[in-house]
Amino acid sequence: MSDAHVHAAAHPLADGHGLAADHGHAHHPALQHHFETMSQQREAGVLGMWVFLLTEVLFFGGLFFAYTLYRSWYFDAFAAASKSIEILPGLINTVVLIASSLTMALSVRASQTNQRKATVNWLLATIVLGTVFLGIKVYEYADKFAHHHVPGASFQFAHVPGPGEAHEEPAAVGHVTTMGPDELERTTQLFFSLYFVMTGLHALHMIVGIVILFIITWMAHKGRFDSEWHAPVEMTGLYWHFVDIVWIFLFPLLYLVERHN
Amino acid sequence: MDTPVFPAHNYLSNGHGLKSWLLTKDHKRIAVLYLISISAFFFLGGLFAVGIRLELTTPQGDLFQPDTYNKFFTLHGIIMVFFFLIPSVPAVLGNFLIPPMIGAKDLAFPRINLLSWYLYVIGGVFTLFAIIAGGVDTGWTFYTPYSATSSNSNVAPVALGVFIAGFSSILTGLNFIVTVHRMRAPGLHWFKLPLFVWAHYATSLIQVLGTPVVAITIVMLFTERAFGFAIFDPQRGGDPVLFQHLFWFYSHPAVYIMILPALGVISELVSTFSRKRIFGYSFVAFSSLAIAIFGFIVWAHHMFVAGISVYSAMVFSFLSFSVAIPSAVKVFNWAATMHRGSISFETPMLYVYGFFGLFLIGGLTGLFLATLGTDIHLHDTYFVVAHFHYIMVGGAIMGYLGGLHFWWPKIFGRMYSEFWSRISAILVFAGFNLTFFPQFLLGYMGMPRRYHMYPDEFQVLNVLSSAGASILGLGYLLPAIYFAYSLKYGEVAGNNPWGASGLEWRTQSPPLTENFVEVPTDIPEAYEYTPKVVREAKLV
Amino acid sequence: MSSVHVSPLKVYFGIFGALMVLSAITVGAAFINLGSLNPVVALTIAVIKATLVILFFMHVKYSSRLTKITVVMSFFFVAILFAEMFMDYSTRGLPYLPPSLR
Repeated sequence: MSDAHVHAAAHPLADGHGLAADHGHAHHPALQHHFETMSQQREAGVLGMWVFLLTEVLFFGGLFFAYTLYRSWYFDAFAAASKSIEILPGLINTVVLIASSLTMALSVRASQTNQRKATVNWLLATIVLGTVFLGIKVYEYADKFAHHHVPGASFQFAHVPGPGEAHEEPAAVGHVTTMGPDELERTTQLFFSLYFVMTGLHALHMIVGIVILFIITWMAHKGRFDSEWHAPVEMTGLYWHFVDIVWIFLFPLLYLVERHN
Repeated sequence: MDTPVFPAHNYLSNGHGLKSWLLTKDHKRIAVLYLISISAFFFLGGLFAVGIRLELTTPQGDLFQPDTYNKFFTLHGIIMVFFFLIPSVPAVLGNFLIPPMIGAKDLAFPRINLLSWYLYVIGGVFTLFAIIAGGVDTGWTFYTPYSATSSNSNVAPVALGVFIAGFSSILTGLNFIVTVHRMRAPGLHWFKLPLFVWAHYATSLIQVLGTPVVAITIVMLFTERAFGFAIFDPQRGGDPVLFQHLFWFYSHPAVYIMILPALGVISELVSTFSRKRIFGYSFVAFSSLAIAIFGFIVWAHHMFVAGISVYSAMVFSFLSFSVAIPSAVKVFNWAATMHRGSISFETPMLYVYGFFGLFLIGGLTGLFLATLGTDIHLHDTYFVVAHFHYIMVGGAIMGYLGGLHFWWPKIFGRMYSEFWSRISAILVFAGFNLTFFPQFLLGYMGMPRRYHMYPDEFQVLNVLSSAGASILGLGYLLPAIYFAYSLKYGEVAGNNPWGASGLEWRTQSPPLTENFVEVPTDIPEAYEYTPKVVREAKLV
Repeated sequence: MSSVHVSPLKVYFGIFGALMVLSAITVGAAFINLGSLNPVVALTIAVIKATLVILFFMHVKYSSRLTKITVVMSFFFVAILFAEMFMDYSTRGLPYLPPSLR
């Protein structure tokens, strides 16, 4: 037999878990048994979050392609539908979300520099701002329901083109057709479907993010993080910033298709 | 050689009872959980295949109603693709072997690993629910607008099930990527890694890059079906071909999720049973990455007759050929590895021989389908069915079974019956060819896929195919029996029954929960079968 | 690599200010008729904003090469998705043969 066999047999073990405790020197309490060092554990966690965000980019990528295609095919419908959305709530939400990214970044910084109180406070600020964003989103959704702008059987979209509005604008790829009100009503459903899927998935990500933030805040409050171990705060931060980036693209694409006439 | 003793302390004995399994964070136990669950789905998917082959023994279509037949091939496809083939090698063998192969105690995220098994099970439950509720008849591809508006079957729960199982796949891939980057033993640099690990790394890249795209596609389909949204609906200006683009952006690379890990298994087996270092290690390693990346740029060859532009079809056709290059690199390197090697004929190696024959035929017939002109003739015929079964069953399952036979003594510490396993390997090879080779001929003669009846003149070949399927089924049933038997009565295997060189063979079989008593530090080159090593370990 | 880069506070506030200004420009630019440049301007600003967030809020500027590769790879594969699909959509309906050969 190979000598590994002998090697293993020479170490009779009560149980496998006894091994981790045998290392001798004191470990950071957050070190999991299968990592050698805290920095290995941190780097694994952060890389894991980045790979997850990579999948998220591809996830939204498919959606953005559908948007791009239909916007180039039915530019008039997209312009008209986009114009029916109020800019102000969207703009406020942009400010709110970017501010929440700032507070998130500051909480990561506070945890890096061992400031427990500040970490908790900035995290709470992030939660508040995230909740405000969702509140405004609810208002906007209610507005869509009231105007029958939700695609499906009860969908209605009446758009009377103003003078000089029609079709001066060649779309990027072409294919713009002269649309009758009928066709406009049908194809604006594409816009609103994408609007709801895109903003809905974004909001869902925010809800998940807020739940995670609550857990992290509680852990920070309990003093689980210090300058050596704060990867969970860091990873939550990465996720939250990603959600912010999605909105940075959604805002101009959904609210500002064509506003200048 | 002294008689090996079954180690008293191992990962199987560390904790008893259902709870110790269902809440385990040990990658080896999770691999065993996967083994059990994917085997269950494999036999369920097999049952649907039995139904299909029974129906097709007669031309009249007299066994099932047409829509029942539609549900059979749909469920066969969905179960085999999403619940067996995609998790098969990575989630069972990869899960079990990557940590010991790289000298780690576990994957980077043990809890996420367990979560991914639960997600797989939940996805499976949704699919089972749909089966009980009456099945689904869209084909495993869920093409719109049929799936979104017309089908009266349970599209939504199956779509949800596939979506959830997709996250299981993403998390497994994520775990592997981080593990390979961050958990390698000191001194184990990338070019000492077994090619099995390289192949899984490449597979994981596809899983994390491709799966989210099919996930979002399913979300869009789901909103269309459940809420009446318009995304692919042609009546409201949507493009059904967009669904196909997004679907195949994942589902073509998904073929490589199935085959790449099997190719990694083959690399291990060829080297071990030829007692030679793999020929052109870095070429084989990089060809895995190349297949993963080329796999993402060729998807539209599934759509040549779906209404895509002729110009893009020409480009996709040309690009599709490029996948043949890294695949051929692998095959030639294996052949060169075996050349002048000290080849032996244990069961795992029999599967390798089977794999060579089937993968070669499967791969080369892929070129027929990548060629625009011939694809128009062969599209949606049994030629396509035969081609992808040669790759996905002939390639991936042969690799999976070969790997399972190779590492079974490591996983459970006991040997299975060499006699019966050889019989089974031969039955699988013979049965497989008898099942699917006639389908090439049927397809070439113009028999379309997905029909429950056919003209009389196709009957002989169809009967041959059904006869082959029963041999194949027997070949698949035998391992279930002798593997189960070996668990209790098998000969104790010892650490290294094959005389293989990988790190995983240095630890006991079955391994300890922590894999190694000490993290290995003297890492050898991969596949070190130098005369000295062979002599000392009495490998020959 | 256990020491983690800590950015000074003014970096965070500076980036936040820049993001605010860019958001304002996005809205402002949308009300000016720039012809086909409107979406180009909007997306360019969005890309700049996203880049700022990625580099400074997400610390990619100070991260390992592997992190940078991961970020680039995600956008590279989205680019593949877009490029190859547009290869189809932009050539749909074109005649099979150039006029001279018809």
